[in-house]
Amino acid sequence: MKTFNYHSAKDVKEASKLSSSNSAYLAGGMTTIPSIKLGLASYRDVIDIKGIKSLSGIKVSGKSVKIGATTKHVEVAKSKDVKKAIPSLSALAEGIGDPQVRNRGTIGGSIANNDPSADYPSACIALNAVIHTNSRKIEAEKFFKGMFETALKSGEIIEAIEFSIPQKSNYQKYPNPASRYAIVGVYVAKHKSAVNVAVTGAKSCVYNDKDLSKALSNNFSSSSVDAVRISSSEMNSDVHASAEYRANMVKVFAKKAVEAC
Amino acid sequence: MKKISVEVNGKKVTKEIQDHTILSVFIRENLNLTGTHVGCDTSQCGACVVHVDGKSIKSCTALAADVDGSKITTIEGIAKNGNMHPMQEAFKKLHGLQCGFCTPGMVMSAIDLLQNNKKPSDTEIREWLEGNICRCTGYQNIVAAVKEAASKM
Repeated sequence: MKTFNYHSAKDVKEASKLSSSNSAYLAGGMTTIPSIKLGLASYRDVIDIKGIKSLSGIKVSGKSVKIGATTKHVEVAKSKDVKKAIPSLSALAEGIGDPQVRNRGTIGGSIANNDPSADYPSACIALNAVIHTNSRKIEAEKFFKGMFETALKSGEIIEAIEFSIPQKSNYQKYPNPASRYAIVGVYVAKHKSAVNVAVTGAKSCVYNDKDLSKALSNNFSSSSVDAVRISSSEMNSDVHASAEYRANMVKVFAKKAVEAC
Repeated sequence: MKKISVEVNGKKVTKEIQDHTILSVFIRENLNLTGTHVGCDTSQCGACVVHVDGKSIKSCTALAADVDGSKITTIEGIAKNGNMHPMQEAFKKLHGLQCGFCTPGMVMSAIDLLQNNKKPSDTEIREWLEGNICRCTGYQNIVAAVKEAASKM
Protein backbone atom coordinates (compact mmCIF):
# COMPACT_ATOMS: atom_id res chain seq x y z
CA MET A 1 0.00 0.00 0.00
CA LYS A 2 1.23 3.47 -0.91
CA THR A 3 2.21 5.63 2.03
CA PHE A 4 0.62 8.96 2.87
CA ASN A 5 0.59 11.53 5.66
CA TYR A 6 -2.46 11.32 7.89
CA HIS A 7 -3.92 14.51 9.34
CA SER A 8 -6.90 14.86 11.63
CA ALA A 9 -8.46 18.28 11.09
CA LYS A 10 -10.08 20.10 14.02
CA ASP A 11 -12.26 22.35 11.92
CA VAL A 12 -13.22 23.07 8.31
CA LYS A 13 -10.70 25.90 8.07
CA GLU A 14 -7.82 23.65 9.07
CA ALA A 15 -8.96 20.89 6.71
CA SER A 16 -9.21 23.32 3.84
CA LYS A 17 -5.76 24.76 4.63
CA LEU A 18 -4.21 21.27 4.59
CA SER A 19 -5.71 20.39 1.22
CA SER A 20 -3.73 20.42 -2.00
CA SER A 21 -3.90 18.90 -5.47
CA ASN A 22 -2.36 15.77 -3.93
CA SER A 23 -4.69 15.27 -0.98
CA ALA A 24 -8.01 13.63 -0.16
CA TYR A 25 -10.52 14.25 2.57
CA LEU A 26 -11.35 11.17 4.62
CA ALA A 27 -14.76 10.74 6.21
CA GLY A 28 -15.97 7.14 6.69
CA GLY A 29 -13.34 5.91 4.27
CA MET A 30 -15.61 3.21 2.83
CA THR A 31 -14.42 3.99 -0.70
CA THR A 32 -11.28 6.04 -0.12
CA ILE A 33 -9.48 3.38 1.93
CA PRO A 34 -10.18 0.46 -0.45
CA SER A 35 -9.23 2.71 -3.41
CA ILE A 36 -5.85 3.47 -1.83
CA LYS A 37 -5.33 -0.18 -0.85
CA LEU A 38 -6.10 -1.39 -4.36
CA GLY A 39 -3.76 1.19 -5.89
CA LEU A 40 -6.63 2.95 -7.68
CA ALA A 41 -5.80 6.21 -5.91
CA SER A 42 -2.80 7.63 -4.13
CA TYR A 43 -2.38 10.83 -2.16
CA ARG A 44 0.43 12.59 -0.35
CA ASP A 45 -1.95 13.74 2.38
CA VAL A 46 -5.12 12.19 3.76
CA ILE A 47 -7.12 14.70 5.77
CA ASP A 48 -9.53 13.12 8.22
CA ILE A 49 -12.62 15.29 8.73
CA LYS A 50 -14.52 12.86 11.00
CA GLY A 51 -13.51 14.77 14.11
CA ILE A 52 -15.03 18.07 12.94
CA LYS A 53 -18.12 18.37 15.14
CA SER A 54 -19.90 21.01 13.04
CA LEU A 55 -20.07 18.59 10.09
CA SER A 56 -22.18 15.98 11.86
CA GLY A 57 -25.82 15.94 12.89
CA ILE A 58 -29.41 16.07 11.67
CA LYS A 59 -31.72 19.08 11.74
CA VAL A 60 -35.35 18.84 10.70
CA SER A 61 -37.37 21.98 10.12
CA GLY A 62 -40.84 22.37 8.67
CA LYS A 63 -39.69 22.22 5.08
CA SER A 64 -36.35 20.45 5.06
CA VAL A 65 -34.09 17.81 6.53
CA LYS A 66 -30.51 19.01 6.80
CA ILE A 67 -27.89 16.34 7.35
CA GLY A 68 -24.25 17.10 8.19
CA ALA A 69 -21.70 15.68 5.77
CA THR A 70 -20.03 13.28 8.20
CA THR A 71 -23.32 11.91 9.57
CA LYS A 72 -23.17 8.15 9.32
CA HIS A 73 -25.70 6.02 7.45
CA VAL A 74 -26.72 4.32 10.71
CA GLU A 75 -27.54 7.71 12.24
CA VAL A 76 -29.79 8.64 9.31
CA ALA A 77 -31.39 5.18 9.37
CA LYS A 78 -32.12 5.38 13.10
CA SER A 79 -33.16 9.02 13.32
CA LYS A 80 -36.80 9.28 14.41
CA ASP A 81 -36.94 12.80 12.99
CA VAL A 82 -35.84 11.63 9.53
CA LYS A 83 -38.21 8.66 9.66
CA LYS A 84 -41.09 11.00 10.43
CA ALA A 85 -40.21 13.69 7.87
CA ILE A 86 -38.96 11.54 4.95
CA PRO A 87 -39.44 7.82 5.70
CA SER A 88 -38.02 6.84 2.30
CA LEU A 89 -34.72 8.52 3.18
CA SER A 90 -34.26 6.55 6.38
CA ALA A 91 -35.21 3.36 4.49
CA LEU A 92 -32.57 4.19 1.86
CA ALA A 93 -29.92 4.66 4.57
CA GLU A 94 -30.93 1.36 6.18
CA GLY A 95 -30.38 -0.41 2.85
CA ILE A 96 -26.82 0.77 2.19
CA GLY A 97 -24.13 -1.91 2.29
CA ASP A 98 -24.12 -3.82 5.56
CA PRO A 99 -24.23 -2.84 9.26
CA GLN A 100 -20.47 -2.29 9.44
CA VAL A 101 -20.50 -0.03 6.38
CA ARG A 102 -23.46 1.88 7.85
CA ASN A 103 -21.53 2.30 11.11
CA ARG A 104 -18.70 4.08 9.27
CA GLY A 105 -19.90 5.38 5.90
CA THR A 106 -21.13 8.96 5.65
CA ILE A 107 -23.64 10.80 3.48
CA GLY A 108 -21.11 13.44 2.44
CA GLY A 109 -18.60 10.78 1.43
CA SER A 110 -21.22 8.99 -0.61
CA ILE A 111 -22.22 12.01 -2.65
CA ALA A 112 -18.68 13.40 -3.00
CA ASN A 113 -17.66 10.06 -4.49
CA ASN A 114 -20.72 9.97 -6.78
CA ASP A 115 -20.49 6.27 -7.56
CA PRO A 116 -22.89 5.59 -10.46
CA SER A 117 -24.61 2.91 -8.33
CA ALA A 118 -24.69 4.71 -4.99
CA ASP A 119 -28.05 5.26 -3.29
CA TYR A 120 -27.78 8.77 -1.83
CA PRO A 121 -27.29 10.66 -5.12
CA SER A 122 -30.78 9.54 -6.20
CA ALA A 123 -32.23 10.93 -2.95
CA CYS A 124 -30.48 14.24 -3.60
CA ILE A 125 -32.01 14.55 -7.07
CA ALA A 126 -35.50 13.35 -6.09
CA LEU A 127 -35.67 15.48 -2.95
CA ASN A 128 -34.38 18.71 -4.59
CA ALA A 129 -31.38 18.69 -2.27
CA VAL A 130 -29.08 21.64 -1.83
CA ILE A 131 -25.45 20.74 -1.16
CA HIS A 132 -23.90 23.19 1.30
CA THR A 133 -20.13 23.49 0.98
CA ASN A 134 -17.61 25.69 2.76
CA SER A 135 -17.93 28.25 -0.04
CA ARG A 136 -21.39 27.95 -1.67
CA LYS A 137 -24.69 26.15 -2.09
CA ILE A 138 -25.12 23.80 -5.06
CA GLU A 139 -28.39 22.36 -6.34
CA ALA A 140 -28.30 18.58 -6.66
CA GLU A 141 -29.14 18.70 -10.38
CA LYS A 142 -25.95 20.73 -10.94
CA PHE A 143 -23.83 18.80 -8.44
CA PHE A 144 -23.65 15.34 -10.06
CA LYS A 145 -21.61 15.85 -13.23
CA GLY A 146 -20.73 12.35 -14.41
CA MET A 147 -19.20 9.07 -13.33
CA PHE A 148 -17.37 9.75 -10.02
CA GLU A 149 -17.47 13.42 -10.96
CA THR A 150 -19.11 16.30 -9.09
CA ALA A 151 -19.19 20.07 -9.19
CA LEU A 152 -16.85 20.22 -6.17
CA LYS A 153 -13.68 22.19 -6.76
CA SER A 154 -10.30 21.09 -5.46
CA GLY A 155 -10.25 21.51 -1.69
CA GLU A 156 -13.97 22.31 -1.41
CA ILE A 157 -15.67 20.54 1.52
CA ILE A 158 -19.29 19.44 1.71
CA GLU A 159 -20.71 20.66 5.02
CA ALA A 160 -24.31 19.50 4.80
CA ILE A 161 -27.01 18.21 2.50
CA GLU A 162 -30.44 19.81 2.77
CA PHE A 163 -33.39 17.77 1.46
CA SER A 164 -36.84 19.22 0.77
CA ILE A 165 -39.56 17.29 2.57
CA PRO A 166 -41.90 15.92 -0.13
CA GLN A 167 -45.60 15.13 0.17
CA LYS A 168 -44.89 11.50 -0.63
CA SER A 169 -41.83 9.52 -1.63
CA ASN A 170 -40.43 6.04 -2.01
CA TYR A 171 -37.16 4.41 -3.05
CA GLN A 172 -36.94 1.02 -4.74
CA LYS A 173 -33.75 -0.79 -5.67
CA TYR A 174 -32.42 -4.07 -6.78
CA PRO A 175 -29.16 -4.42 -4.83
CA ASN A 176 -26.13 -6.18 -6.18
CA PRO A 177 -26.14 -9.34 -4.04
CA ALA A 178 -22.46 -8.91 -3.10
CA SER A 179 -21.97 -5.16 -2.66
CA ARG A 180 -25.58 -4.01 -2.06
CA TYR A 181 -24.98 -1.13 -4.47
CA ALA A 182 -27.99 -0.53 -6.70
CA ILE A 183 -28.01 -2.47 -9.96
CA VAL A 184 -31.00 -0.20 -10.55
CA GLY A 185 -32.53 2.17 -8.01
CA VAL A 186 -35.47 4.51 -8.53
CA TYR A 187 -36.42 7.29 -6.12
CA VAL A 188 -39.84 8.85 -6.65
CA ALA A 189 -40.74 12.03 -4.77
CA LYS A 190 -43.98 13.97 -5.10
CA HIS A 191 -43.50 17.60 -4.20
CA LYS A 192 -46.23 20.23 -4.17
CA SER A 193 -45.09 21.65 -7.52
CA ALA A 194 -43.85 18.56 -9.37
CA VAL A 195 -42.75 14.94 -9.19
CA ASN A 196 -39.10 13.87 -9.47
CA VAL A 197 -38.02 10.41 -10.58
CA ALA A 198 -34.31 9.93 -9.91
CA VAL A 199 -32.55 6.87 -11.25
CA THR A 200 -29.26 5.40 -10.03
CA GLY A 201 -27.26 2.37 -11.15
CA ALA A 202 -28.68 2.44 -14.66
CA LYS A 203 -26.35 4.91 -16.40
CA SER A 204 -22.87 6.33 -15.83
CA CYS A 205 -24.33 8.93 -13.47
CA VAL A 206 -27.51 9.43 -11.46
CA TYR A 207 -30.17 11.36 -13.41
CA ASN A 208 -33.68 12.74 -13.23
CA ASP A 209 -35.82 10.87 -15.76
CA LYS A 210 -37.65 13.86 -17.20
CA ASP A 211 -40.24 11.77 -19.09
CA LEU A 212 -41.25 9.80 -16.01
CA SER A 213 -41.20 12.94 -13.87
CA LYS A 214 -43.44 14.75 -16.35
CA ALA A 215 -45.89 11.86 -16.71
CA LEU A 216 -46.19 11.48 -12.95
CA SER A 217 -46.46 15.23 -12.41
CA ASN A 218 -49.50 15.20 -14.71
CA ASN A 219 -51.07 12.16 -13.09
CA PHE A 220 -49.52 10.58 -10.01
CA SER A 221 -50.58 7.01 -10.73
CA SER A 222 -48.55 3.91 -11.56
CA SER A 223 -50.51 3.61 -14.81
CA SER A 224 -48.85 6.86 -15.99
CA VAL A 225 -45.56 4.98 -16.10
CA ASP A 226 -46.85 2.50 -18.71
CA ALA A 227 -46.98 5.06 -21.50
CA VAL A 228 -43.39 6.25 -20.97
CA ARG A 229 -40.75 4.71 -23.20
CA ILE A 230 -37.37 4.16 -21.52
CA SER A 231 -34.51 3.85 -23.98
CA SER A 232 -31.73 1.41 -23.17
CA SER A 233 -29.21 3.18 -25.40
CA GLU A 234 -27.19 4.88 -22.63
CA MET A 235 -27.78 2.22 -20.00
CA ASN A 236 -24.99 0.24 -18.35
CA SER A 237 -24.59 -3.34 -19.45
CA ASP A 238 -22.53 -5.82 -17.48
CA VAL A 239 -22.44 -9.35 -16.11
CA HIS A 240 -25.16 -8.46 -13.60
CA ALA A 241 -27.72 -6.91 -15.92
CA SER A 242 -28.05 -5.98 -19.58
CA ALA A 243 -28.97 -2.47 -20.72
CA GLU A 244 -32.43 -3.70 -21.77
CA TYR A 245 -32.99 -5.27 -18.36
CA ARG A 246 -31.99 -2.06 -16.62
CA ALA A 247 -34.28 0.01 -18.85
CA ASN A 248 -37.16 -2.28 -18.01
CA MET A 249 -36.36 -2.21 -14.27
CA VAL A 250 -36.52 1.60 -14.27
CA LYS A 251 -40.19 1.31 -15.22
CA VAL A 252 -40.87 -1.59 -12.87
CA PHE A 253 -39.37 0.27 -9.93
CA ALA A 254 -40.99 3.59 -10.85
CA LYS A 255 -44.38 1.84 -10.73
CA LYS A 256 -43.57 0.04 -7.50
CA ALA A 257 -42.36 3.26 -5.90
CA VAL A 258 -45.52 5.15 -6.89
CA GLU A 259 -47.68 2.33 -5.55
CA ALA A 260 -45.72 2.31 -2.27
CA CYS A 261 -46.03 6.10 -1.82
CA MET B 1 5.10 8.02 12.03
CA LYS B 2 2.31 8.65 14.49
CA LYS B 3 1.77 7.74 18.12
CA ILE B 4 -1.67 6.38 18.94
CA SER B 5 -3.22 5.42 22.26
CA VAL B 6 -6.12 2.99 22.30
CA GLU B 7 -7.76 0.71 24.80
CA VAL B 8 -7.75 -2.83 23.44
CA ASN B 9 -9.80 -5.45 25.28
CA GLY B 10 -9.63 -3.34 28.42
CA LYS B 11 -5.89 -2.66 28.31
CA LYS B 12 -4.39 0.70 27.42
CA VAL B 13 -1.88 0.52 24.60
CA THR B 14 0.31 3.24 23.09
CA LYS B 15 2.18 2.44 19.88
CA GLU B 16 4.14 4.22 17.23
CA ILE B 17 2.72 3.42 13.80
CA GLN B 18 3.10 4.46 10.20
CA ASP B 19 0.36 6.88 9.12
CA HIS B 20 -1.08 4.47 6.55
CA THR B 21 -1.35 1.46 8.89
CA ILE B 22 -4.66 -0.33 8.43
CA LEU B 23 -6.46 -1.20 11.67
CA SER B 24 -6.55 -4.96 10.94
CA VAL B 25 -2.78 -4.91 10.36
CA PHE B 26 -2.27 -2.95 13.59
CA ILE B 27 -4.34 -5.49 15.54
CA ARG B 28 -2.68 -8.56 14.01
CA GLU B 29 0.91 -7.42 13.57
CA ASN B 30 1.49 -4.71 16.18
CA LEU B 31 -0.67 -6.21 18.92
CA ASN B 32 -0.28 -9.88 17.89
CA LEU B 33 -4.02 -10.42 18.28
CA THR B 34 -4.42 -12.83 15.39
CA GLY B 35 -7.99 -13.84 16.22
CA THR B 36 -9.12 -11.00 13.97
CA HIS B 37 -8.91 -12.54 10.51
CA VAL B 38 -8.35 -10.89 7.16
CA GLY B 39 -10.23 -12.63 4.38
CA CYS B 40 -11.04 -10.55 1.33
CA ASP B 41 -9.30 -7.39 2.60
CA THR B 42 -11.84 -5.35 0.59
CA SER B 43 -14.62 -4.95 3.20
CA GLN B 44 -16.88 -7.61 1.72
CA CYS B 45 -16.34 -10.72 3.85
CA GLY B 46 -16.47 -9.47 7.44
CA ALA B 47 -13.83 -11.83 8.89
CA CYS B 48 -12.07 -8.73 10.29
CA VAL B 49 -15.03 -7.29 12.22
CA VAL B 50 -14.09 -5.75 15.58
CA HIS B 51 -15.88 -3.29 17.84
CA VAL B 52 -14.69 0.31 18.01
CA ASP B 53 -16.38 2.23 20.83
CA GLY B 54 -18.99 -0.51 21.00
CA LYS B 55 -19.92 -0.56 17.31
CA SER B 56 -18.96 -3.26 14.82
CA ILE B 57 -16.75 -2.14 11.97
CA LYS B 58 -14.56 -3.82 9.37
CA SER B 59 -11.00 -3.34 10.57
CA CYS B 60 -9.58 -3.88 7.07
CA THR B 61 -11.27 -0.64 6.01
CA ALA B 62 -10.20 1.71 8.79
CA LEU B 63 -6.92 3.36 9.57
CA ALA B 64 -5.30 2.71 12.92
CA ALA B 65 -4.61 6.45 13.10
CA ASP B 66 -8.28 7.34 12.84
CA VAL B 67 -9.31 5.21 15.85
CA ASP B 68 -6.79 6.97 18.10
CA GLY B 69 -8.36 7.38 21.54
CA SER B 70 -11.00 4.69 20.95
CA LYS B 71 -11.89 1.51 22.79
CA ILE B 72 -11.37 -1.56 20.62
CA THR B 73 -12.76 -5.00 21.36
CA THR B 74 -11.54 -8.01 19.41
CA ILE B 75 -12.61 -11.66 19.57
CA GLU B 76 -9.93 -12.18 22.26
CA GLY B 77 -11.67 -9.67 24.52
CA ILE B 78 -15.15 -11.12 24.90
CA ALA B 79 -14.58 -14.15 27.15
CA LYS B 80 -14.82 -13.26 30.84
CA ASN B 81 -12.81 -15.00 33.57
CA GLY B 82 -12.06 -17.94 31.34
CA ASN B 83 -15.72 -18.41 30.39
CA MET B 84 -16.77 -18.07 26.78
CA HIS B 85 -19.13 -15.28 25.81
CA PRO B 86 -22.71 -16.60 25.37
CA MET B 87 -22.34 -16.00 21.62
CA GLN B 88 -19.21 -18.17 21.51
CA GLU B 89 -20.97 -20.84 23.61
CA ALA B 90 -23.91 -20.87 21.22
CA PHE B 91 -21.69 -21.14 18.12
CA LYS B 92 -19.90 -24.08 19.76
CA LYS B 93 -23.05 -25.81 20.96
CA LEU B 94 -24.94 -25.52 17.66
CA HIS B 95 -21.97 -26.06 15.33
CA GLY B 96 -22.16 -22.52 14.00
CA LEU B 97 -18.78 -23.00 12.36
CA GLN B 98 -16.99 -25.41 10.11
CA CYS B 99 -13.49 -24.23 9.20
CA GLY B 100 -13.79 -21.30 11.62
CA PHE B 101 -12.18 -18.64 9.46
CA CYS B 102 -15.23 -16.38 9.35
CA THR B 103 -16.18 -17.09 12.97
CA PRO B 104 -14.45 -14.19 14.76
CA GLY B 105 -16.18 -11.71 12.47
CA MET B 106 -19.52 -13.54 12.68
CA VAL B 107 -19.37 -13.55 16.49
CA MET B 108 -18.37 -9.87 16.77
CA SER B 109 -21.02 -8.83 14.26
CA ALA B 110 -23.73 -10.95 15.96
CA ILE B 111 -22.90 -9.44 19.37
CA ASP B 112 -23.44 -5.99 17.88
CA LEU B 113 -26.79 -7.17 16.48
CA LEU B 114 -27.97 -8.15 19.95
CA GLN B 115 -26.87 -4.74 21.28
CA ASN B 116 -29.27 -3.22 18.73
CA ASN B 117 -32.02 -5.82 18.76
CA LYS B 118 -32.37 -8.14 21.75
CA LYS B 119 -34.72 -10.64 20.11
CA PRO B 120 -34.03 -10.66 16.37
CA SER B 121 -36.06 -12.81 13.99
CA ASP B 122 -34.36 -15.22 11.55
CA THR B 123 -34.80 -12.62 8.81
CA GLU B 124 -33.31 -9.85 10.93
CA ILE B 125 -30.32 -12.06 11.78
CA ARG B 126 -29.78 -12.89 8.10
CA GLU B 127 -30.09 -9.25 7.10
CA TRP B 128 -27.66 -8.16 9.80
CA LEU B 129 -25.11 -10.77 8.75
CA GLU B 130 -25.20 -9.40 5.20
CA GLY B 131 -21.61 -8.25 5.60
CA ASN B 132 -20.28 -11.56 6.90
CA ILE B 133 -19.55 -14.30 4.42
CA CYS B 134 -19.13 -17.96 5.37
CA ARG B 135 -17.64 -20.00 2.56
CA CYS B 136 -18.37 -23.33 4.26
CA THR B 137 -22.04 -22.32 3.72
CA GLY B 138 -22.83 -22.83 7.38
CA TYR B 139 -25.48 -20.14 7.65
CA GLN B 140 -28.30 -22.32 9.04
CA ASN B 141 -26.36 -23.14 12.17
CA ILE B 142 -24.96 -19.62 12.46
CA VAL B 143 -28.48 -18.20 12.49
CA ALA B 144 -29.55 -20.85 15.00
CA ALA B 145 -26.56 -19.99 17.19
CA VAL B 146 -27.36 -16.27 17.18
CA LYS B 147 -30.97 -17.09 18.19
CA GLU B 148 -29.74 -19.35 20.96
CA ALA B 149 -27.38 -16.64 22.24
CA ALA B 150 -30.21 -14.10 22.13
CA SER B 151 -32.29 -16.36 24.39
CA LYS B 152 -29.40 -16.60 26.88
CA MET B 153 -28.29 -12.97 26.96
